[in-house]
Amino acid sequence: METDRSKLGSFLFNRSVQGVFYQLITLGLVALGIYYIVTNTARNMLERGLASGFHFLGVESQFDIGMTLIEYSPTSTYFDSFIVGLLNTLLVAGIGILFATIIGFTVGIMRLSSNWLIAKIAEAYVEILRNIPLLLQIFFWYFAVLRALPKPKQSLELYDSFFLNNRGLFIPDTVFGEGSSIIFYLLWLTIIISIGIFIWAKRRQNRTGERFPAFYVSTALILGTFFISLAATGFPVSFEYPELKGFNFKGGVKLIPELVALTFALAMYTASFIAEVVRGGIMAVSKGQTEAAKSVGLKQNLILRLIIIPQALRVIVPPLTNQYLNLTKNSSLAAAIAYPDLVLVFAGTALMQTGQAIEIIGMVMGVYLFLSLFTSLIMNLFNRFMKVDGER
Amino acid sequence: MSAANKEMGPPVIELGAMGWLRKNLFSNWYNSLLTIFGLYLLYNLIPPLVNWIFLDANFVGSTRDDCTNEGACWIFIQQNIKLIFYGLYPTEELWRINFVYLILLISGVYLLIPNLKHKGWVGAFLLIIFPIICVIMLSGGLGLEAVETRLWGGLFLTLVIAGVGIVLSLPIGVMLALGRRSKLPVVSILCTIFIEIWRGVPLITVLFMASNMFPLFMPEGVNFDKLIRALIGVMFFSAAYLAEVVRGGLQAMPKGQYEASQAVGLTYWRMMALVILPQSLKMVIPAIIGSFIAIFKDTTLVLVIGLFDFLGIIQFVGTNPDWLGFSHEGYVFAAAVFWVFCYAMSWYSQRLEKKLDTGR
Repeated sequence: METDRSKLGSFLFNRSVQGVFYQLITLGLVALGIYYIVTNTARNMLERGLASGFHFLGVESQFDIGMTLIEYSPTSTYFDSFIVGLLNTLLVAGIGILFATIIGFTVGIMRLSSNWLIAKIAEAYVEILRNIPLLLQIFFWYFAVLRALPKPKQSLELYDSFFLNNRGLFIPDTVFGEGSSIIFYLLWLTIIISIGIFIWAKRRQNRTGERFPAFYVSTALILGTFFISLAATGFPVSFEYPELKGFNFKGGVKLIPELVALTFALAMYTASFIAEVVRGGIMAVSKGQTEAAKSVGLKQNLILRLIIIPQALRVIVPPLTNQYLNLTKNSSLAAAIAYPDLVLVFAGTALMQTGQAIEIIGMVMGVYLFLSLFTSLIMNLFNRFMKVDGER
Repeated sequence: MSAANKEMGPPVIELGAMGWLRKNLFSNWYNSLLTIFGLYLLYNLIPPLVNWIFLDANFVGSTRDDCTNEGACWIFIQQNIKLIFYGLYPTEELWRINFVYLILLISGVYLLIPNLKHKGWVGAFLLIIFPIICVIMLSGGLGLEAVETRLWGGLFLTLVIAGVGIVLSLPIGVMLALGRRSKLPVVSILCTIFIEIWRGVPLITVLFMASNMFPLFMPEGVNFDKLIRALIGVMFFSAAYLAEVVRGGLQAMPKGQYEASQAVGLTYWRMMALVILPQSLKMVIPAIIGSFIAIFKDTTLVLVIGLFDFLGIIQFVGTNPDWLGFSHEGYVFAAAVFWVFCYAMSWYSQRLEKKLDTGR
């Protein structure tokens, strides 16, 4: 009897037995929760007369979208509206990332300037912008700045080719004439050759220690071929300038005010975070590195290019991609100023019309989740690639 | 160096105001150029802003006709101040909100003053009794008239959402972080999936989900208030971010701490509660406050599901026909208030970081 009890005791207090027990309980609770939600949802949907499934994607959407990158009309399907929204999201994220990077790096480097005034201006920029909610900034640029701009007749203009008014930003369009395709093929070819030059130069440097000016050679190659081919084909590329016709502009590319405001706000806001990332990255390179480089006689620009930037980039890139991801996710605030992005078009209008809440929100969340997981996958690969041997 | 060969001039002044100017603003030609450019920028930005906000602005009056339109019309804010701060909360019940603010203020100040006794009790009061007081005072009960949450709004609603989000998400975040680090595979996988899903999607989709999908999940007859649905969304969202912050702290703990506590025979929960969490949470306090700032800024998003928070109400009063065309004033005011809150939090966290750092 005594031994039986102690056997039972040692069984009950065994770590791994307890582990299995706890896990079973957790699993059971989660399964119960999911079962509860699923049965409730099924009954609720039955009551509201909603059919589950993705059949609605093939149905005519019957609504129009203010800005589309692909052909779209009210007779297009809900799936088309999904693609339109997705492309609009990617467009605003792409432009936003480009400008956020430029502003962010500039401000980040300014903060490290030895010039007191410049450093303070950069610090003020960061401290002001990152402590004000993004949505407020978007509202400000959209309602207080862009909507308050003059009418097309009194547009703000730059070089007679860029016009800014309350209908949006009008920029020249590039028109590719006949024979311009060959220029593009040549451009791609020279880019590929340049990559080859870089790889070859790196190998040769590793082998012999001799440096090859790969950057200058490939730049000259790409630009040279580009302009020579342009001249040879008789400049088939031209610009179409926007012109004031009646009450609005015709020609050129029209960027709707929602897009301009959203891009502006996203870029300025994210730049304040990128600036901090850049500053942190450069400061993370220890001073000894610069001093060592100086003592072996490297010139200032070479120290920057060969010693500081490569090491700073290893620190900067992971949080930088995180900021890019944040910017992409934040672009969903578009819904608040009616820029037709994925959330507004699909999780807004399409959801309202079809009532397929679960499928639609699932798809929208899926897109963002995919982007996040994909980015972190790339980042993990990057980290593995950039790891210095012998480092933890 | 070639300078040694030349005849040397007198040494450059390095002390005093001139020396400081020379060293920090005019050390070489491009620095001088940058300084002039910076001064030009400030000259174009600061005086017009100061004129607009203070010098040319109108502060006294009661209608838009009292504004001269040369500078900001702060009368707009002043006339709508009740809406902006309290939303549509009934005027005769406003003392209830102010009473809650007062309790919060007194206990907050008490906690911030160094070297006072019984801080633990005050903290416990804030965490356990104060929320109950809040619920009764704000939404009604015990003889107080009920105030529906659709009347809540303005800065008050922002503080409620941010406060509840912050207070509830921290314990959930800690549990999720512990779960993700757990040796039990099922627990760890479930927590990881949960955290990554919330972190991978924008808050706006979470709020859409809260307002459109939650009603479908609930059994018949159960109908959550819109505010509560939004609160649940914000809470889980920020809990996932906090979980990652806390996990960072857990990972930074030296392994010896775990081994030592196991060696003295502490169970898992005692080890976590008495040894690991107090130390690792202390390590990540700045990052936690950073997340709080993010939550506070993110509360503005609730306006997309139709709640009138601080920004939402400012947007709303701007559409009042009596006050059209004063959106600049509204946005500047909102920005200033948000900025003060966020900057205060980040300033406090920096101070705390310095204070905690000295021990190490």
